[in-house]
Amino acid sequence: MNRKISGPFTKEKLADLKAGDAVLLSGIVYTARDAAHRRMTEEANAGQPFPFDLTDAAIYYVGPSPAAPGQVIGSAGPTSSYRMDPYTPQILDGGVSVLIGKGPRGPEVIDAIKRNGAVYFAAVGGAGALISQCIKSSEVIAYEEYGTEAVRKLEIEDMPVIVAIDSAGNSVYER
Amino acid sequence: MRDVNVDEIRDAVAELCYETNVFLGADVTEAIHKAKENETSTVGISILEQIEHNIEIAEETGIPLCQDTGLTCVFLEIGQEISLKGGFIGDAVNEGVRSAYVDRYLRKSVVENPLRRINTNDNTPAHIVYDIVPGDRIKITVAPKGYGSENMSRIAMLTPADGEIGVRRFVLDVVRNAGGKPCPPIVVGVGIGGTFDQVAQLAKRALLKDLDEIHPDPYYAAMEQELLEEINEMDIGPQGMGGVTTALGVKIMTAPTHIAGLPVAVNINCHVCRHKTVVI
Repeated sequence: MNRKISGPFTKEKLADLKAGDAVLLSGIVYTARDAAHRRMTEEANAGQPFPFDLTDAAIYYVGPSPAAPGQVIGSAGPTSSYRMDPYTPQILDGGVSVLIGKGPRGPEVIDAIKRNGAVYFAAVGGAGALISQCIKSSEVIAYEEYGTEAVRKLEIEDMPVIVAIDSAGNSVYER
Repeated sequence: MRDVNVDEIRDAVAELCYETNVFLGADVTEAIHKAKENETSTVGISILEQIEHNIEIAEETGIPLCQDTGLTCVFLEIGQEISLKGGFIGDAVNEGVRSAYVDRYLRKSVVENPLRRINTNDNTPAHIVYDIVPGDRIKITVAPKGYGSENMSRIAMLTPADGEIGVRRFVLDVVRNAGGKPCPPIVVGVGIGGTFDQVAQLAKRALLKDLDEIHPDPYYAAMEQELLEEINEMDIGPQGMGGVTTALGVKIMTAPTHIAGLPVAVNINCHVCRHKTVVI
């Protein structure tokens, strides 16, 4: 039986999740991948605010394909998370509690997950059509000129994910 | 000579771009079904079920299987008895890519320069490989390549002394190091021989083979099978979360090489192993 978790993603809600648990996620998530991570952190280091409030926020690493008429969004599966590793400790220390992507993370990210009581969920890579059906609304909120790499605010409902790294730092990729 | 207007090639490329991104080949779909039946990990089975469900939803909705609709690789085998009319064939191919990616809602994933990184916003230019072959037909294969798996691909210039053992070790090391990153279950394309540049292309072309196709040379057919078994014993599993389904197939292509060399390349594809061919 899949557990259901809805935002806002407070650390209390995430604390007892264990690596390997199947979860259906609902709520608001923000999309960001390579270009947005680079720019958000560069701007933050220059004293500017992040494009959304990081407190208990969820970031989904995705660059969706465009929506056809009548669709909310196109294909929207996760991209490889490790490419965001250089930026992730800063993002987690800033208050983000949920990361959604695919594949293993580096040791600095695992340490930052433990330090902050965050959780890293994996969605199924290559299941972009299926995941698109869980997305109820999509709005670009920053870096529109980046196209697919823009920051979007998505409302998701029952998106299937697996706890890949739990708040204690246990990982499904290390067995 | 037979006249062929390049507009026909443009339209064929456009259609193939869409079809490959939305409809998965029957060989791959069947391999995923079989893998699910053999999978022992509970998480692995649930992931393979989601992958099956994804294939159905893409087919029903026309939404691409994966949001990474790839860098468009186009392989052209052009019969030397053909006379091309109506413009440059390369422009026609790129026009076909542009129309499919812009008009049919595929993701634009190409930047004009590797370091300045400005998106071209129409997924061009395609990577086009031209081969001149006998006859008066044109064979067009479109294979949109996702980069989650492309990034995990590797090349090595081994020496003759490394031999078959060295080649096997390299292939297994590349797959092991890739782990869960290239979206397993994967398809493994292996090139052996040729030159530095040729071997990488052999590995990519190996990914265009039908998964059911058995290598015509029994020596390599056995190697493909044995490598597949060893890879599936690594316990990487679907999405890297453990299990016996790490790869759906290993495909090898070889070429004659130099007395001093043993090039080997491994090109990894995810389970969305997309390619389709038409003949004009």
